[in-house]
This record gives sequence, structure tokens and C-alpha cells, in this order.
Amino acid sequence: MQRRKVTIDGNEAAAYVAHKINEVIAIYPITPSSPMGEWADQWSAEGKPNIWGTVPTVIEMQSEGGASAALHGAIQAGALATTFTSSQGLLLMIPTMYKVAGELTPTVFHVAARTVATHALSIFGDHSDVMAIRQTGFGLLASGSIQEIMDQALIAQAASMESRVPFVHFFDGFRSTHEVNKIEQLTDDDLRAMIDEELVRRHRERAMTPDRPVLRGTSQNPDHFFQAREACNPYYLACPTIVQNAMDKFAALTGRQYHLFDYFGAPDAERVIVLMGSATETAHETVEYLTERGEKVGVVKVHLYRPFSVEHFIKALPATVKAIAVLDRTKEPGAIGEPLYLDVITALHEGLDGRPMPRVIGGRYGLSSKEFTPAMVKAVFDELAKPNPKNHFTVGIYDDVTHTSLEWDPEFSTEDPRTVRCLFYGLGADGTVGANKNSIKIIGEETDNYAQGYFVYDSKKAGAVTVSHLRFGPKPIRSTYLINKANFIACHQFVFLERFDVLKAAVPGAVFLLNSPYPADQVWDHIPRNIQEQIIRKKLKFYVIDGYEVAKQTGMGQRINTIMQTCFFAISGVLPREEAIQRIKDAIRYTYGKRGEAVVQKNFAAVDATLDHLHEVHYPEQITGPEPPPTVSPKAPEFVQKIVAPIIRGEGDQIPVSAMPPDGTFPTGTAAWEKRNIALEVPVWDENLCIQCGKCVIVCPHATIRSKVYDKSALNGAPPTFKAVPARWKEFKEMLYTLQVAVEDCTGCALCVAACPVKDKTNVKRRAINMEPQIPLRETERANWDFFLKLPSVDRDLLKPSVIKDTQLFQPLFEFSGACAGCGETPYVKLVTQLFGDRAIIGNATGCSSIYGGNLPTTPYTVNEEGRGPAWNNSLFEDCAEFSLGFRLAIDQHNQHARDLLARLAPEIGEGLVKALLEADQSTEAGIRAQRERVKLLKERLATIDAPEARRLMLVADYLVKKSVWAFGGDGWAYDIGYGGLDHVLSTGRNINILVLDTEVYSNTGGQMSKATPRGAVAKFAAGGKPSGKKDLAMMALQYGNVYVARVALGYNDAHTVKTFLEAEAHDGPSLIIAYSHCIAHGYDMVYGLDQQKAAVQSGHFPLFRYDPSLLAQGKNPFQLDSKAPSIPLEKYAYNETRFTMLARSDPEAARRLLEAAQRDAQLRFKLYEHMASMPLNGSRKEEPVKEEKHA
Amino acid sequence: MPDLTTTYLGLRLRSPLVASSSPLCQNIGNILHMEDAGIAAVVLHSLFEEQILIESQSLDRHLSAAEESYAESLSYFPDLRRYNIGPDEYVEHIRRAKQAVDIPVIGSLNGVSTGGWIRYARLIEEAGADALELNIYHLPTNPSIDGATVEQQYVELVRHVKASVRIPVAVKLGPYFSSIPNMAAKLDEAGADALVMFNRFYQPDFDLEALEVVPNLVLSNSSELLTRLHWVGLLYGRIRADMAITGGVHTAPDVLKCMMAGAKVAMMTSALLRQGIDYAARLEEDLIRWMEEHEYESIRQMQGSMSFQRVADPAAFERANYMRVLSSYELRSRPAAH
Repeated sequence: MQRRKVTIDGNEAAAYVAHKINEVIAIYPITPSSPMGEWADQWSAEGKPNIWGTVPTVIEMQSEGGASAALHGAIQAGALATTFTSSQGLLLMIPTMYKVAGELTPTVFHVAARTVATHALSIFGDHSDVMAIRQTGFGLLASGSIQEIMDQALIAQAASMESRVPFVHFFDGFRSTHEVNKIEQLTDDDLRAMIDEELVRRHRERAMTPDRPVLRGTSQNPDHFFQAREACNPYYLACPTIVQNAMDKFAALTGRQYHLFDYFGAPDAERVIVLMGSATETAHETVEYLTERGEKVGVVKVHLYRPFSVEHFIKALPATVKAIAVLDRTKEPGAIGEPLYLDVITALHEGLDGRPMPRVIGGRYGLSSKEFTPAMVKAVFDELAKPNPKNHFTVGIYDDVTHTSLEWDPEFSTEDPRTVRCLFYGLGADGTVGANKNSIKIIGEETDNYAQGYFVYDSKKAGAVTVSHLRFGPKPIRSTYLINKANFIACHQFVFLERFDVLKAAVPGAVFLLNSPYPADQVWDHIPRNIQEQIIRKKLKFYVIDGYEVAKQTGMGQRINTIMQTCFFAISGVLPREEAIQRIKDAIRYTYGKRGEAVVQKNFAAVDATLDHLHEVHYPEQITGPEPPPTVSPKAPEFVQKIVAPIIRGEGDQIPVSAMPPDGTFPTGTAAWEKRNIALEVPVWDENLCIQCGKCVIVCPHATIRSKVYDKSALNGAPPTFKAVPARWKEFKEMLYTLQVAVEDCTGCALCVAACPVKDKTNVKRRAINMEPQIPLRETERANWDFFLKLPSVDRDLLKPSVIKDTQLFQPLFEFSGACAGCGETPYVKLVTQLFGDRAIIGNATGCSSIYGGNLPTTPYTVNEEGRGPAWNNSLFEDCAEFSLGFRLAIDQHNQHARDLLARLAPEIGEGLVKALLEADQSTEAGIRAQRERVKLLKERLATIDAPEARRLMLVADYLVKKSVWAFGGDGWAYDIGYGGLDHVLSTGRNINILVLDTEVYSNTGGQMSKATPRGAVAKFAAGGKPSGKKDLAMMALQYGNVYVARVALGYNDAHTVKTFLEAEAHDGPSLIIAYSHCIAHGYDMVYGLDQQKAAVQSGHFPLFRYDPSLLAQGKNPFQLDSKAPSIPLEKYAYNETRFTMLARSDPEAARRLLEAAQRDAQLRFKLYEHMASMPLNGSRKEEPVKEEKHA
Repeated sequence: MPDLTTTYLGLRLRSPLVASSSPLCQNIGNILHMEDAGIAAVVLHSLFEEQILIESQSLDRHLSAAEESYAESLSYFPDLRRYNIGPDEYVEHIRRAKQAVDIPVIGSLNGVSTGGWIRYARLIEEAGADALELNIYHLPTNPSIDGATVEQQYVELVRHVKASVRIPVAVKLGPYFSSIPNMAAKLDEAGADALVMFNRFYQPDFDLEALEVVPNLVLSNSSELLTRLHWVGLLYGRIRADMAITGGVHTAPDVLKCMMAGAKVAMMTSALLRQGIDYAARLEEDLIRWMEEHEYESIRQMQGSMSFQRVADPAAFERANYMRVLSSYELRSRPAAH
């Protein structure tokens, strides 16, 4: 059978083989491996069979621990099973991996190698995860290119079947998993030829079955465990040869020969680099370049890392080698060296058999996908050539602390001149990456060119910037590094010119394509000076198109992808113009055809309209443009200037080690310095219509709308356009009120407008807050915002925390996060910081909330004018409840210690103060403030007491002030991976507040089903609609009896949400708040998020209640039902959202059945709640429900 | 028993009772039920081109909204094999309806673009519909477009569709034309095989508390029949095309009036929605009873019998009608003055 050439990424390449040769696939989503599971699930959902004609079962588990355990069971029961994972996920599998290997059970785990979280989480690639499992007994097979991934996925499976050694087949996260490259696809015949049916038969025969019962998993004792453990040795000794034989068989089949250790370079090389993973490709390219120029260098590419074959390694090395550099993509602090280095040293020591030992040095590179370029490879070879090369070096960073780093020449390049290199700067929302993926497929599959695509994404979700790196040419492309010398650069957003040095990579004579709102004859003067200078100096060919105008004319909205793609093909000439346009249209039909002819035709129209708008710019030789604005305000603190600003500019690679905190500790409040200006339209306050209800403030996901009440005198010196009106508070009659928008931080989501209860009586379209274009407002509102920040805040003691308009005068201590525009989670997070932020300590489960809460360069948690604010930390995905409980345990311990010391030091401190401190009522803001004053006084007195106990008390005195402990996380954490811990924490009875931001899906990893996903919703791993109902976590927690449990939906009743937060926090015990959070993963315009929250409650999908154990003591029913009986059919809620409607389209019958079942769920659930709420309990039934604050 | 048969769009029907285009016809079970209850033909619910466009664009927008923006979540939904966007579902519905019943099945189409009208008309024909009803629901909102232009668009549309399909084509009209007879004549000339009078425009209502415009769907009543009788009666015998009355047909007398005005069929939705599909059987019985009592032999006998051309005092159809109403009030009030 002819093998197809396909242009795919590494994840698809691995999943393709894995799906075809396995029967059970147990997975759990984790970046960057998730797409492998998603591919497998999709293929199974489509009924694609494996090579034995059955459709593999794909099951999503509650964690990677669960996935590996399910896999373990499946292989023990004789199935062929696999899983896909990364990083922490792989770590969670370790205990099972020991078992799987110990039982000599064949399987292959395909691992997208990713950084293990240490001082910080990173989703990017290195080998810290796979190095953490090298002791488990699994084989480790490394792939470096997309072709290798497909090939070795098969080789690993074949070798595992024969050797009975289970394998981890790994490849670099993102660089390999997400790189698109043109490869030859293996056929079913290839797979059948490699997978020996006899070995499958033997595997089946070893299966546990009551028909041939055996016992495994015994418990063994000192007299026999050891020798039993050694009994597996023959299998490991045979394994390398088995792998090599599989490689040889594969070579006979396909012509692609691999070795356990592949050597490439001069046969008489004196300097050799040893490494594995994607960097082998860059090293190969560099060695090829250097050997062509006479250098005696080479590279050993490690494929089979475990079991490590000394014999094969020694054979791979040229006998002439004098110096070896072993590069590890991991760090083991405290070790003599990193693992591969140590293995190589040992292998040489054992294998050279008396021959002279070459010099061996070890180095680290590429942690967390740090760039590893030919220049760095050359730097390592250059180091090896030195008489005393540096050992334990690093390459790729500037280490000015322990001086480990090697210098490299950033100008050194091995790029083949025949390879065309293109860079595209776009926005996530404009579709640039999708179009580029299509382009690279077109080039790869429609021309003889080799092609490669790699895509770099933003750390923010709203207004995300993307950079696409495309290479194509007649030679295979091994460049596993970003393009830094480009022939073609396209900037799809004009504003990027002032934010990034988009032309830095342009080579002389390169083409520059700009999406410009200005025509060709006017654009020049609008281009920043630094960009103009490069255009002139590098003599660039410069084209402009008003992509947004074409998009507007053709109904494409903000999607300029196909327009810019057409320009790229027209200018680059990679295909004849007519053919290119036809291929683009073919790709459009392939990509969008299922979404309807209208979408296809719209894109066709955009393609057809494009070329008339594409113009070359004949620019003058003079620099006339404006200076680009500074990245951050000159007023920003030094840390922001020196570290944050370069990262924002895309220059983070230049930051030296000395500038970075060694323990991952960062100052808070840095997001305020990054003015992203991403909103096209921003809200504008109509002070005359406004009723000052605070609803727009409470719903703003990015805290860009603020209100203040202040004394009239504070208005002195206000900018001319600053707005102020008399405050509509009885208590503040003589004071002024201002609602101010931070237009430079706003994302333009318009939730505020949707929340506004006011309509202009003469024009009902108009609200008290309305969207208007941002650019004309930017300068004036910047000044107004600065002035607003300086206005004094009203005394919190004078405000009622239970009243929305009062709470919305509280300063949010969470602002300008990187969350999606219109996010449904962040208003809850913000509210916690408004109510309790100055005494809050937050543990955050990994997920959206940890990403928008803590992803550099800038972070949103901040401080008030006293310098107090939330202390925040993200430990792991699974351990958030326990981690946060630890805060409580420590705080309680500190508090008790302080109380003990107070009692002991009472005579010196003063009995009155001690009594007041010990008996303080801290149930109100005023009470807490008074206690803070007492602590201040205490510290003053302690300073005068010369005793060790006084000094100890000084350290813990602040813990006499009430602290608020919170655990934040999403439903993936609370319902699935973290449920066990969460449950246990609730059972402890300790005072901890758990906020579950329930989006009903794994939002952060891209929409996988969780146990919170409602019945009938489509999600990844539930393509046919989730068959089971949403787990009622609240009811499960309620069973403890002493846990405060509530369900809230801000869009249904904001006053209820606020009251619930206050009650939960006040409850002296565990509290669990499940907060309905609308999400971009639900598939509708998030401006309707609040309406959907309302509909979720009204339809009975998400009824609200509070269970307050304190009511029991009052003889009242603790269960209070806070929403009315379902008043709209579930359909009215569900069918506003794509997650439900897509099933109604794809499988109307299933959709109807699941909707009916979900409707029954809703009715039954409400009846149950109603029943619980009406249970008489020694007295009155319940307290009054919280009434919604209605205005207008 | 009197002969209830009639012909409409060249189709021979067992009676003039036709189910007009409504959500009832979305369900094959309902269509079977209608046939059992004696309904002589069904007009299916409309295929709305605009809805297809909106659904397609909306699906695309929401699936693409956050794609390829953030490294961990390059998409948020699984890629399903098909979304049934477009006319496939409707076409399949016609096929299934045709398999299920013997009575004629008339497709209904509401288009936006000329290309869309033609494309979907052909698909409806290919699916086996016995005829096609063009549900022209055009609300001119641009003040610079005059009535003649709008009328010409109607005419062109009918001409294009007629040139594209072989099955008979009916045109469902609204009552808001400066000259309904002229409009009818133009459509007749453009090839329309029948005129369906009239479309009921669901006009939006205001929610005074929320200050929002809300969709409003009110079922028809018999009083709405009068406009239809008036214009059908006026046009009977003056145009070649068949006429059907829809809107306000609720009782056997309503049906009889339609026939006498000159309609070939009387179409019902509100009556069936309100009273249930079985009501059609009762209505047929009432019809027969009335015809027997009044010794009518056939429906054909009465069709057009009270049209403009055939009534004793045709002025009743013209402006004098208005005068007569006024004067009749005058007459009635006069005795009271004595």
C-alpha cells in the first residue's frame, strides 16, 4: 500500500498509531498531551477500528492515577491498552507504573514530556517528568521529530510486546507535540507487520481470567522478595536487542533505520554531543553544517534511554572521540550531574574496557521549552574544544549567579537558504493560527516542499497574541527552534507595531505584510520609528492590506484569517496564484464545510475580495513615525521595569538568573502596570441615568469598573472630563459618587452593559453604561483613571457588606487578570477579595483560576492602601483543599501560640489589652479593624519588653487578627481529581472556605467533560452528549451536617451571592460554595453570560440553596432553598449554548432523549430540595429568602 | 353524501381542508394523524434560508470564538462528524413525510437570496414534494426602496423559481400591497400556480416592565377571515392561478365562505393547534352536514359563487362597502333618536 504524505503534529502522529494498535485507552487531560486523548476519542466516536477491526474504548478518568490504574486493570485482563499524559500526570502514575513493570506487562504510555512544577508551574516542554520515572522499570524511548514519533510509537509497542517490558514513549511537549510537519504516514499493513499476532496471543494468555485463575499482587516477605525482584533481570537484559531488532524490522519495512543510539556526524569526530528529544534535530542540523565546513563533530541521539545499553552506546560513539558533552533537558538540584550525564559517564566507565576515557562534561538546556538553537549547539562544541571546558554548564540563559552559562553567538545560523521562513503575528481571535495550519498543510500536501509549522501562544486568554513560525523548502526541515531569520513577516494587527519588535527577525530584502487601517499612501507616517528604521535599513518589500475592511465587506467580522492567508500566498509565490486560491478554497471547504455553506461562501467571498485590496507601499527613506510608547509606565516599580516589562515585550529570554527570585516568590499587583488596550469598545458611564446600584461593578470580570464615594473637596484638580455626581446614599448625602472605567485594562466584554438595570426613558437602547470606541477615549480616560485611583475610599465601617451598592465601593484586590473577556469565574474571585481580601490567604487548584491568577508576566492579586491583600499560591491540581487546609492549620497554630504567649506576658503587656485581644469580637469589619489597632498597640508594648517570649509573640501577633482561608478551583478539581481531598478537608471541621468555580467542564485544558458537566452537553470525551447527570457535589458535602454549603449564581441574584459569601466566611467550620460560572467553553457570546446564569436557575438546572449549620442551633431548618420552582423549560436554557445545540444538530434523537432526562433531573432535584427546605425541625421552617436587589 | 373534492395546484384533493405551514408539520406523526383526520394536503413548516444562515454563522462563530488562542485550550469542543446545518434535515423530512402519507405534501420555503430560493426550491422538488409554497416574508425597512421595487422583487423571484422547478408553485402573500389585484395579476403572469392569502405577520409586542421588544405569537380567529374573503372574492375569475385562504379558518362556515369567495382550499393552523388535529374530522362532518342541509352537491359547485363577479351587489366588495357600513350604523341609530 502506498504511504500517504501527511502534514500533522506530533500528538496526532502518536495517537494515530496508539489508536490503531490498542483496545482500551484510559486518559485524563493534561497539557500538552490532551490532544492525543482527544484524537483517540474522536476516532472511536467516529467508529474507526484498530487493526483488529474493533473500535477502541476510550475512557476519561478522574485523574492520571485513575487512568493508569484503569489501564493496569485492562492489561491485566488481557487487553492492549495505552494512555497519554505529561508532567504531573505522569508523576501521579508512578505507583502504578512500578506495578505494571513489576508484573512484566506490555504497554506503551505516550508522554508529551513537560516540565514538572517546582518554583512555578510550566506547561512547556522538558524532560523533568520522564526523568522522574526512569526508576520504575519502564523502558524509555525518545523521539525527536514528528516522523520519529509516529515510527517509534509503533517500534515501542512491538518491542514492549516482545520484551514484556512496558514502555514510555516520549517526545517534547509543544516543540514536538504541537509542531506540524510533513511526514510519511504508516499504513495498517505496516502496523500489522510490526505487531506479532503470536505475541498478542501470549499477552492474552497471561490475562487474569477465572477460566485459568492465577494470583498476582501478592504480599512478599524479607526471605523471598529480593530474589523475586531479581527474577525479571533476563527480560531487561534482552530488551535492548529486542528494541533494535524491532527497529531493524521497521527499517526493512519503511526504509527508515533507527538505532538505540543514532550517531550522526564526522566518522572521525573528536567532539560529540549526546542528547535526546527534539533537540537532536537541531543538533543534527548544526552538525551537518559544521561538518560540511570541516569540523570533526558529531551527535549521538539517544532513542532507548531505558534499559540503557552500554554496549550499543559505546558502539555508536566514534572511536576518535576525545570530548563528549552530555545535554540534559532537566535539572536535578543537588545531584552530581543530571541523569543522562551520569548514565553516559557510567556507560563509558563500564564499556570502554580499558580504552582511554574521553573528557565528558554535562550541561542543562531547554528547560520549559527554552529555545535551543544551532548557535547554542555550536557554543557547546566550542566549549568542548577548550582545554578546560566548563562542566555542569547551562546553555540558553545568562547565569550571572553561579556562572554556569555558556555564551553563544546569536547571529550564528544554519538555516538553509532554500528554506523559506515566515513569521505571522496575529491575535487568537483573528484566526491567524488556524489559517497558517491550513497554509502549511497546503504547502506540505500540494507541493513537493517539506513544510513545518510551529505556533507560539500568549499567557493571557483575552486579547491573546499568537506568533506562527512557518518553514518550507526542498530540504527536510529539522529546525526545532523558532525562526529568528525570516524572509516573510506578516503583522496582522497594526497595534502590535508599538508593542513588539515585529521586524527583528527580518533578513535584508524580506517581505513585510501589514494589516493596516491606513492605505498604502498614508500608512508610512503612522508606523513607529523603530519599525520604519528597519524597513529602510533592511530594504524590505512592504505590502499593506486593510484586512478588517475586507472582512467587514464580506461578513467575516474580526476573522481576517483567510484574507491574510490569501495575501501570503499571493506575495510568497509558493504556488501559482490561481492554484493557491483554489487550494485555499479547498481548505476552507474542508475546515468549515460542516458548519454550513454560508460559512464557506463567506470565506470564499473574503478570498475573492482580498487581492484588490493588497498594495505595495513605496516608502520614503525618511523616518517620520512616532516613538513607540514605553511598555510600562515610568512610575512602575523597579521589579516591574526590570523583569516584567521585558517579558511583556517578548524579551524575557534576556533576563539573567540574578534577576529572578530563587524560590518563586513574586510581588503582587503587577497586572496594573500592563496596559494592554485590547478592547475595541469600552463602557462609558452616563452619570445622569445611573442609579449607583453597583451591578456593573460587581459583574466586571476584570475589575475595570470601579465606584467611589468621596468628599466634594477631593474633586479639586480633577481632569476636565472627570465625571462626578451627588452620591445616592442616605448616609453620604453631601458626598460625590464616581463610576470610573479603566479603559486601557478593559477587555470590552460588555457584561456591565448587560447587567445595567437602567434604560433611558427616551431611548431604551441606552443604559447608564454604554459601549463606545476605545481609541478616542484612551488619553482622557487614562488621566481620569489616575485621578480616580488617588481619590480616598470611603470608610468601610460605614458600609453594609450585605448591600451590593455598598460592597461595590470596596476595593477589589484582584484586577486586570488574563481571564477571557466576559469570564464568569472572576467576578466571584474579585468579590472574595473585596469582602475579605485584606486578610485572605488563598490556595488555588491548577486550572483557569490559577492561570489568570498567577501566570506571568503580570498577575492580578494586589494590595490595598495599607499594603494588605491576598497571599496566593498554586500548589497542584489535585491537592488544593489539603494545601489550603495546611494554611488553616498553621494559622490556628500561630494564633494559639500568640494567645498562649499573651496570657503568659499579660502582666508586662497589661491585663486590659490582653483581655481585649483575647476576647475581641471580630465578626464585623469594625471589629477586625479594632483588633488590628490592638495588635499595633501590642507590638509597640512588646518592643519595650526584653524577653524571648516577647520576641516570639512579635512574630505571631498578627495572627490574633482573623484570617480568611480560601481554596479556589474549578469543577475539574472539586468534582474529579481533587474530590477525595476536598471531601476529607470538609470532614475535618476546620474553618476553611472552598470556592468551586463551576464551569461544568475542564475549561483550562480545552473543554473536556468533568463530573459537573450536565447531561446532554457535548464536551470532549462526551461527543455524543454526556449520558449521565451532573454530580450534586453540594448535596454530598451537606451530608456532613457541619459544613456550610451553598450554590450561587451571580447572574440570578447578586445579593444572594454576597450574602452567601459573608455567611460562608463567618461560619466557624468548613464551607463549600459552588458558584455557577458561565464560560467560553459553553459556546455562546459571553455578553449573555448573566442571562444564561439566570436561565440556569430558572430552568431548575442550577437551583440555589444555602445549608447553614448554625441555624440548627437556633432550632431552624439549616436548608434554605433560594430559588423558585423551575419556571422555564430546560430547553430554553440549554439551547442558547453550543454545547447543547451541537448535539441537537449532530444527533437530534439523542439530544431529545438526553434533554428529556435532564428535564426530569431538574424537576426531581428541585422536588428534593423543596422537600428538604420544608422539613420542620423543632421550630420554624426557614429564614426569609434573600431578595434580589431590584432597581430601575 | 356531497362531493368534497377540489383541485389545488393541479392536485386532486379529497376535500378543501388543508393544513397550512406550521410547527405541527415538523412531526411525521402529526402529519399521519392529519391524514387520518381527513386533512387533504399538508403544507410543511417553512425552510427558512435566513435561519440556516444564522445557524451556520452562529455555529462557526461559537466554535471558532476561542480557538487557537491559548496554548492549553486550542479548541473547546470535539469535532463532530456532522452538524446537519443547511437544508438536509428539511429535505429528509419531506422524504419521510412522502413515505408516510398518501396525501399531497407541499414544501414551504422562505428564502433570502435569489440563489438561496432557487437552490432550496430545487432541493425541495428533488426530495419529492408535490408542490412548493413560497412563503415570502419580506419586511421592507429601508425608506428609500419604493413599493414598485418591492413588488418587482416578488415578481422576479416567482419567475426565477418557476424557471427552476417543474412542480407547481404557490405564493403566500401578505395583505399589505397598495393594489392587491395588480400584485396578484403580476404574480399570476410571472407563473404562480396559486396565491395563498394571507400570511399572518407575527408582530412584536412591548414588555412595559422590561422595556423590551418581545416576540408575540397570537393564534388567529374567524374575524381575520373577512379580509381574505374580500380579496379572494374580488380576484376570483380575474386571475388564472388558484387561490387558497389561510388565516382565520376555524369552522365549517368559515370553510364554506372561503369556497364561495372562490378559494380552492381553506388552510388551517390555529384551529388545529387550539382544538387538536382530530378537529379536522369534526369540521369535515360539519361541512357535510351543512351541505346536505342546504342541498349542495359539491364543493366545486359553490367555489366562487359569492365572488365579485357573481354576487348580486358587487358594490359590496368595493368602496361602497365602507359606505354601507357607515350608513347601516346611521340607520340603526336613527330609530333610537325618535
